[in-house]
Amino acid sequence: MNIIIVGCGKVGSALAEQLADDGHDITVIDTNAEAIRRVTETADVMGIVGNGAVHLVQQEAGIRYADLFIVMTNSDELNLLCCMIAKRASDCKTIARVRNPVYITESSFIKEKLGISMIINPELVAASEMARLFSIPSAIEVDTFERGRIELLKTEVPEKSPIAGVQIKSALGKLSGRILICAVERGDKVIIPTGDDTIYAGDKISFITTHKDGTQFFKKAGIANEHLRSVIIVGGGKIAVYLTQKLCEYGFKVKVIEKDKAQCEYLNSILPANVLIIHGDGSDQRLLLEEGISEADGFASITDIDEENIMLSLYVGSNFSAKTVTKINKLNFEGIIDRLPIGSVVYPKNITAELILSYVRALTNSAGSSSIQTLYNIIGGKAQALEFKVKSESEVVGTPLSQLRIRRNVLICCIGRGGKMIIPSGQDSIKIGDTVVVVTTDKDLNDLSDILS
Amino acid sequence: MNYFMILYLLGWVMNIMSLCLALPVCVGLYFGEAQWKMYALVMLISLAIGVLLTVRKPKRSVFYAKDGFVTVGLSWIGLSLVGALPFTLTGEIPFYLDAVFESASGFTTTGASILTDVEALCHCSLFWRSFTHWIGGMGVLVFLLAIVPLAGGGSSMQLMKAESPGPSVGKLVPKVRYTAFILYAIYFAMTLLEIVLLLAGGMPLFDSVTTAFGTAGTGGFAIHNASIGFYKSYYLQGVVTVFMILFGVNFSVYYLLLLKRFGQALKSEELRWYLGIISFAVICITLNIYKLNYGGKLFPAFHNAAFSVASIISTTGFATADFNSWPQLSKLILVILMFIGASAGSTGGGIKVSRIILLVKSSLREISSVIHPRGVKIVKLDKKRIDHETLRGTTSFFVVCMLVFVISAFLVSLDGHDMTTSLTAVAATMNNIGPGLELVGPTGNYSSFSPLSKIILIFDMLAGRLEYFPMLVLFSPTTWKGTFGAVKRRIIWKKKTMRQKVK
Repeated sequence: MNIIIVGCGKVGSALAEQLADDGHDITVIDTNAEAIRRVTETADVMGIVGNGAVHLVQQEAGIRYADLFIVMTNSDELNLLCCMIAKRASDCKTIARVRNPVYITESSFIKEKLGISMIINPELVAASEMARLFSIPSAIEVDTFERGRIELLKTEVPEKSPIAGVQIKSALGKLSGRILICAVERGDKVIIPTGDDTIYAGDKISFITTHKDGTQFFKKAGIANEHLRSVIIVGGGKIAVYLTQKLCEYGFKVKVIEKDKAQCEYLNSILPANVLIIHGDGSDQRLLLEEGISEADGFASITDIDEENIMLSLYVGSNFSAKTVTKINKLNFEGIIDRLPIGSVVYPKNITAELILSYVRALTNSAGSSSIQTLYNIIGGKAQALEFKVKSESEVVGTPLSQLRIRRNVLICCIGRGGKMIIPSGQDSIKIGDTVVVVTTDKDLNDLSDILS
Repeated sequence: MNYFMILYLLGWVMNIMSLCLALPVCVGLYFGEAQWKMYALVMLISLAIGVLLTVRKPKRSVFYAKDGFVTVGLSWIGLSLVGALPFTLTGEIPFYLDAVFESASGFTTTGASILTDVEALCHCSLFWRSFTHWIGGMGVLVFLLAIVPLAGGGSSMQLMKAESPGPSVGKLVPKVRYTAFILYAIYFAMTLLEIVLLLAGGMPLFDSVTTAFGTAGTGGFAIHNASIGFYKSYYLQGVVTVFMILFGVNFSVYYLLLLKRFGQALKSEELRWYLGIISFAVICITLNIYKLNYGGKLFPAFHNAAFSVASIISTTGFATADFNSWPQLSKLILVILMFIGASAGSTGGGIKVSRIILLVKSSLREISSVIHPRGVKIVKLDKKRIDHETLRGTTSFFVVCMLVFVISAFLVSLDGHDMTTSLTAVAATMNNIGPGLELVGPTGNYSSFSPLSKIILIFDMLAGRLEYFPMLVLFSPTTWKGTFGAVKRRIIWKKKTMRQKVK
């Protein structure tokens, strides 16, 4: 597919790199020649220096042949303008990043009237993910499918758990839970397990479940999963606003610590009245103790500085019992960061990229018999979880799963049918209208029928 | 540096080399010459080296600018050394250094020869000489990029940048692979067109193919001692003249023409300067020589002037007339053209017209900044701002070029030839032209130089073709500093992790 990306910031260049790796023809536009040089050195893309809203520049980038136009500059208004001009110049799909809360409230109007296919607010998605993490405290990662009805959770198996040192098939028998373990991480290794594999204490397991079954599983597996009540947030940026709003909806007690006085006042004016805004430096240990970090259930470090976030979470994670969530914007040492005892890590950049990647995959396969609804890079990018909606008849529809010749690195995790979740066995078959969740280490699935070997 | 990846790429270059050597083998079999066996032997040798190095693809395929430069430099040295083997094995050029000179001159599309009698060579050797021009013209690694999918994001662009000429190498389409493919497709189509046009003029097939190879790569090896002057036909010589000029044009112009963006293609500033310089030189030389050398006949004077100008500015080096016997003015113009060279992104050598434009423009800016110290002036090319980095690169390119010229000329002068011979020999090799003046003129050759001078000239040819920096990076000690230590540490680290795994 021919894709044009305007704006080579953090997200723009990460996207360019991933989409180019997926085999698409990428042209990037940025006013900064230095940024263009950097991207073209790391990814196989063509760069053009210029303003993406200028028609001539778009023409030079080949807007006539483009299938998709993605705008990721820092200005919402410029992003919208770029998309409008691109839409007039050719019949491509357009994606704009819009982060101002004022525009977000009317995103459906903007989408419809300006003909923009997708509007992305990275802060909002990041905040939703953090809120989910706080609502399922023992999960390190939470991804959801079928509008939140199905969850893919990652958790660490504790020392004295009844499932530690037990084969998976007997562990599941013990727990009688409707869950499916789709990946086991042990050190640097990732295993897509069979029933005969054994789980050990310290393993990180990813499993598919519904919200209710998941809670039961945690209880039976001896993993503490008490409901959280109070959360301290350090850093009062846009994410903090969205996160606080969501947590308040769930009934949490929230404290926000922010350095900037004016920002504190702004937060106080827009956030619900029961949210306590504290003006101070979050990296000040005494302030944290004073504000009751030792009693808090949850802690989110979401300042603008990655290093500060990591330090704060390290401090809280190793001294107190609170569940920690860390935001990382820029640092790119995933292998290392994952090994630090800092709890859950959220990368707004990657979430945005995932959203767009799943959109692109679905667009690539618009003629196929199924469409990708969501895509998540799980386990530090080593595997992908995809949700397909089955639209029409194909080879995989109607045949019992045991009779399908499925590829080696693919696991069908669950089938959603009419609001219910089925953990598939060999006798089950896929029907039209189902949602199918698949976990795979191959990164080239565009259609459900691609799972066949 | 990613040593494993460099070796892996060198392996691929050797594989391609053996593929190329298959052609002279076929030619030898067709003409029933015994020498084909030697070509087949070298083909197997290079295939063996290539397969050995490419059996395992390194896990880490990412590499940086430095690795790209080193890879390209080493590849070209490797090509020249292996490409020289058949000449020595067949006994046609018994001295190996001479054979390397001939083969380097072929791959770098220089066309300077140490042979006194070209016609004595067998058909396979003649074909091989010309074919090296064709491969070297567009570049081996560009060919590699077009046919082998090398993962590693933007890394492959480093190779293309290191091998393709021009102040800033850009892509035609988003993917390096398709860019390389399009370039080769255009190259191939134009070569084929020239072969057909030459055949139409009554040139034998073998001659047409070798001449077209020589023109396309802007090389200059001919299969007759009298070069293109052997074919006494205005038509044939005219076709070669036109194609020499065409192959000296930036290939992105042809791509734009294919996309039917005629306006943009013809507005290219570099193209206009290039054609302007050619016209000016042709007119001056014609007026200068038509009375003295052609007895007042205007057309033959114009024809030979055009041929020589096209041959020199495109850095081909074919000859129809002995321009060594022309008046001083004409010779001077030709020497200046040697340095100007062809357009960026073409198959020609030299400093390149676009760099000359940038140098002229930035010098004018400097003058104006003396007159108006607070004046702000941006250097533009094709109405686009040229950033400071590119300008700096261009200036340092020019300086490096001059340094190489001066140092080489000094070393070559130790042979005791006259100054014109020494200076033009260096100019003609580092700018990849071939014939110079006096002893190395169109009727002369490079056989009289000492082995030391030949080594210097081989270096100049390779350095000139790769635009100096890859060869200088390759031979600068800082590139290799710490290599030994790094390899040692790597081995120790491997052993340690292995031991940990065992535990």
